[in-house]
Amino acid sequence: MTKSRTQMPARATPLQPRKRAILIGASSGIGAALARRLAREGYIVALLARRQERLRALCDEINNACGETRALWYAHDVTDYGSVPGLLQKALADLGGLDLFVYNSGIALPGGFKHYEFDKDLRTTEVNYVGALAWLNPVAAMFRSLGAGQIVGISSVGGERGRVNNPAYQASKAALTSYLESLRNRLTRRGVHVLTVKPGYVATEMTAGQKGLFWVVTADQAAADIWKAIRHHKQVIYIPARWVLVMLIVRNIPSFIFRRLNF
Amino acid sequence: MTPDHSQRPLTFLDNFGHSLRTPAYLYQPENPDGVRSIFRIAKQEGMTVALRGAGKSYNDVSLNGGGIILDLQKMNHILAWDPTNGVIRLEPGVTLEQLWQHVLPSGWWPPVVSGTMTTTLGGCLGSNIHGKNNFRRGPIGEHVLEFTALLPSGAKITCTPKRNGDLFRAMIGGLGMLGVFTSITLQMKKVASGMLQVHAWNVPNLKAHLDGLFEAAPQHDYTVGWLEATAGGNGLGRGQLHTADYLHEGEDAEAEKTLQVSYQTLPSRFFGLVPKSILHYFMAPFGNNLAWSAVDTVKYYMGREKTYRQSHAAFHFLLDYIPHWELAYGRGGLIQYQSFLPKESALGAWTEMLKISQQRGLPSYLGVTKRHRPDAFLLTHAVDGFSLALDFKVTDRNRAGLSRLLQDFDRIVLEAGGRFYFAKNSETTAGTTRRFLGEEAIAKFRTLKKRCDPDGLLESDLYRRAFEG
Repeated sequence: MTKSRTQMPARATPLQPRKRAILIGASSGIGAALARRLAREGYIVALLARRQERLRALCDEINNACGETRALWYAHDVTDYGSVPGLLQKALADLGGLDLFVYNSGIALPGGFKHYEFDKDLRTTEVNYVGALAWLNPVAAMFRSLGAGQIVGISSVGGERGRVNNPAYQASKAALTSYLESLRNRLTRRGVHVLTVKPGYVATEMTAGQKGLFWVVTADQAAADIWKAIRHHKQVIYIPARWVLVMLIVRNIPSFIFRRLNF
Repeated sequence: MTPDHSQRPLTFLDNFGHSLRTPAYLYQPENPDGVRSIFRIAKQEGMTVALRGAGKSYNDVSLNGGGIILDLQKMNHILAWDPTNGVIRLEPGVTLEQLWQHVLPSGWWPPVVSGTMTTTLGGCLGSNIHGKNNFRRGPIGEHVLEFTALLPSGAKITCTPKRNGDLFRAMIGGLGMLGVFTSITLQMKKVASGMLQVHAWNVPNLKAHLDGLFEAAPQHDYTVGWLEATAGGNGLGRGQLHTADYLHEGEDAEAEKTLQVSYQTLPSRFFGLVPKSILHYFMAPFGNNLAWSAVDTVKYYMGREKTYRQSHAAFHFLLDYIPHWELAYGRGGLIQYQSFLPKESALGAWTEMLKISQQRGLPSYLGVTKRHRPDAFLLTHAVDGFSLALDFKVTDRNRAGLSRLLQDFDRIVLEAGGRFYFAKNSETTAGTTRRFLGEEAIAKFRTLKKRCDPDGLLESDLYRRAFEG
């Protein structure tokens, strides 16, 4: 977990300003793509995820491509809530500050219409939502006291209606979306921006092998959209953007129809 | 009692030029026990600590992004003062303002002061500041009779030039990387009057400028030059020189009055009308190349040879004359690039530097020159020669160009055998530090650091950049 001194990234100077980001859930999918993108845009990134080997490989790839240390990695399971304050302090000190925080960890455990499994639902809720609370509380408090900073939560279009498939996933994302909105309403007045990202289908390990997907975007495309939204201090974005219209309709489908759909 | 670190909020801290802003956990201990408990927290939490006084350096010497800042401003008591021999003992958070106001009424003045009186003595020693009398009196470290320090190792140590002399010459100018000064004993300079005799005259080019400083220095107590960095062609390096001398006994009929603090105080209104605290708003529109070069030209041509008397405070603390003038530099803030060159190579190197900065449309808005002599401190910036300090406005547009310009400056200065001052330059790399300080001095410093700070608790953003990077 601890890195040797020679690997530490350079600190900002007046003529070489550097933004700094922490990404939770950075080893694959949208998280990894966003890590690459932020590093390319000059950010120093602290990458956290469970899978150590992948993180290390991703950091090596980023640092080689940039020709200097721009990515650091820390092995972390988001359900290890007690380790969060210490890790946040460590990453903050290694980066030299924090401008952007991204919570991307999320799982969708396979299950069918007939499955009712508490263990899976608990795990889903813990990773997708409770882990987010563990991180967002100290990060929000920090940004609030500084009067600056940007928080990005990767939620999903899935949270907008209670669809028949994977109820705990839908509920966890609904909770995350709602929590992020509250944070935004609490923090905007303090100079902190909160962005909720609602991807549709993104070609990642989570969606691999699933059938019936449409408007699938690559993780790199998703990262590009998120980067644009970060730059423009957007509040909520859908990926791709046309999901706005779809979800407008979906949100307004009356229940007597919705409960007959297999959507 | 050890404060609860988990409840401590992050605070943004910046520098004198407002060119950097980084968050840190700020602690302001009131006594050495408080300092000790902060070292304990740092060790427990696996964090680093940087020392900070008033935060009036131009760079990152008192910043530690994401780490702990140990701000010594609350340890600001004058512990002992003997007006019969001018020896004063004080805590590190005492400012130069407190100091001169304390000693002047009994006919003493700090032997070395910076351009602002807002700095703390702990910071002054940490950077080993110099004044407009460096060629004569050396840096402030040469006037320290003794200091006590608390080391991160937990040891308390007393140093004088003779006792623990190695550490004395390393901690002074040691950038707060070895330990915390807990008391400082200084020798003040006897003065017969609150006034200085000042002489000012114009010099038409860089050669005349440096010759003027060189010739004036042996005959005067202070010399300083203003260099019009926007002037090119035959007028490259032109400006105005000032010398100042202490008055001797009997030369000031009103000495009793001029030695009073109230007599020294800077006026709070400009032309008796405009409150100076808002003046920086009116200066901001001049912060571009064209307007500034016009201001400079007018200033040069209005300058004429003159002799006058000026109070110590007015002569020395020019940077305090217009409060918050640095805000006029706008959002990106200002940085200063100060190079110290041997007298033989200064003319050639600075001619080249001024030329390329003008060619690239990146002129400095303020140049200040001084005469220097070497000193015996380990991380010394001094040379037998001159220094030129150049202020630059930083904007989003000029940042990349300015960065390249200063890299070229570094190359020119190193080739000319020059040195740099750690309280000023913000971009000096570890490679540059190695070249001008030499491997031997750095190795010696590291050995001392290992001894004083075995856990490596003391670390600033400057240390990472200029020593470890």
